[in-house]
Amino acid sequence: MLAWLRSPASETGISHGHRLWLYGISIIIMILLIAPTLIVIPMSFSESQYLEFPPESWSTRWYGHYFGSTEWMQATETSFKAAFLTMLVATPIGVLAAYGLHCSKVRYMRAAFLLMITPMMIPVVLVAIGVFYAYVKIGILYTLTGLVLAHTVLALPLVVIVIGAALKSYDMSQEEAARSLGAPRWKAFLTITLPQIRFAVVTGALLSFLTSFDEVVVAMFISGGDNPTLTRNMFNALRDQIDPTIASISTIMVLVTTLLMALAQIFGQQKGGSG
Amino acid sequence: MPPAPRPPTAGINEAGLKKDDLAERLWLFGLASPAIVLILIILIVPVGWLFYVSFIGADGGFSFENYQRMIERKSYARIFKTTFEVSFLTTALCILIGYPLAYFISRLPNRLANLCLITVLLPFWTSLLVRTYAWLVLLQKRGIVNDWAISLGLWEEPIKIVHNLSGTLIGMVHIMLPFLVLPVYGAMRSVDQDFMKAASNLGANPRYAFWTVFFPLTAPGLIAGSLMVFILCLGFFVTPAVLGGGKVILVSMKIVSNIELFVNWGAASALGVVLLVLTLAVLWLASRFMNLDRITKGGR
Repeated sequence: MLAWLRSPASETGISHGHRLWLYGISIIIMILLIAPTLIVIPMSFSESQYLEFPPESWSTRWYGHYFGSTEWMQATETSFKAAFLTMLVATPIGVLAAYGLHCSKVRYMRAAFLLMITPMMIPVVLVAIGVFYAYVKIGILYTLTGLVLAHTVLALPLVVIVIGAALKSYDMSQEEAARSLGAPRWKAFLTITLPQIRFAVVTGALLSFLTSFDEVVVAMFISGGDNPTLTRNMFNALRDQIDPTIASISTIMVLVTTLLMALAQIFGQQKGGSG
Repeated sequence: MPPAPRPPTAGINEAGLKKDDLAERLWLFGLASPAIVLILIILIVPVGWLFYVSFIGADGGFSFENYQRMIERKSYARIFKTTFEVSFLTTALCILIGYPLAYFISRLPNRLANLCLITVLLPFWTSLLVRTYAWLVLLQKRGIVNDWAISLGLWEEPIKIVHNLSGTLIGMVHIMLPFLVLPVYGAMRSVDQDFMKAASNLGANPRYAFWTVFFPLTAPGLIAGSLMVFILCLGFFVTPAVLGGGKVILVSMKIVSNIELFVNWGAASALGVVLLVLTLAVLWLASRFMNLDRITKGGR
């Protein structure tokens, strides 16, 4: 141990002993980064109204509340539906756009790419009130269609960036070879290119699912009536008081996101993906 | 569409080939049109309309009154001041906490570094709302932070940590930290360690070598990450709205209350336009330090 403390930790000859402060601080920060979310999980099984940690007595009471409430169940259904549909719409549109932008060398390509990532650059509050107004005018406020369209726009930049990065490291001449052997372009894309960027496609799909599933501000404005999302209801509940039911919902959401992101990360590390 | 084979000798039917080539490029560009149309209809047109509305006065005619109100009224000045202060403090805290953390992780062997990176990525993936809720629970009067601090003797009575500025800052720093750590970590990993060795061999003490060699090399990543955090803070809504408890009012919250409570589209739009201009200005600054797609990669 002492030998380790004295051994050099860097090229400049600083020893591990001199770095202990850095190690200490870093470990504390890392604990603070993950602890808050993880602590909610045992708390959600607490019997008490006050969410104590560690819980004095355990119960699944708050899960009962959640699964027993038609309101929460309906919101959960809307959220999953919206996320799933957003994934189904955003992924193909995003793949097409990324492919088109990658292959076409027209002059306004760069502008088109910038347009594609504007949903990320405009503050989401502004997007929310803009879409809210537009939906009132067109008459699709509080509909699932409207929600899916808005979430698709928010998810598109992610899909385009992930697929674009994969195409950059993909050798286009393979597709040209297929085409010079007589395959039509769409067939060359589907049978040669797509299988090789499939991991990026899966990553893009998962990211668009999560974008919709986690989205709060836009949903706050344009989901409601019969179709409020889980996040909208959670946000409203948070503004009023600390309802322990939210702890159980949070736990479920953490599980869903962690699972999906772990999948995205695994797919992303394979060839053809990007982080 | 048939593929356009390269001509064996230049000059044969050049005009025809050129036309085919252009047609193909346009056709490919057309593949992006569903995405472009969707973004235009759902995003650009409504935001453009907000821009227009911000110049319409109460009487329905063209006027600057929505912008004038922002300058004249003290309440607006305070909101902008709070927004800048909160964004600035959050960014500064993220730098102070995030830079050492990124440094620590970047010096670890690969396997251990990946493990530590998970502690940065895990909160990054977790829903914003869930993390905000977690802090609300931890920091409340009967929450565990107060409980533990009292049993450790740090303070005697439960103190109010949430529903004020401190709660807002704690939550925001926690949420923004990954946006700073990830680019800084990337920059640190790409620094060639031989530079530090060379500096050391040439007689620089560790501190001097760090500040004159290592830090400048990682500064672009730090600047890009900080600007990213700053931009996201400027337009942040959810966390300050919940953890601020109505005491910390940011521009985004004023926009929402202008719509939800006062139904004042002109005022909300004008604030939105100012927020957008500020965001784009910082983004433009950021793009000068870093490739734009690398900046946007972290955003959600």
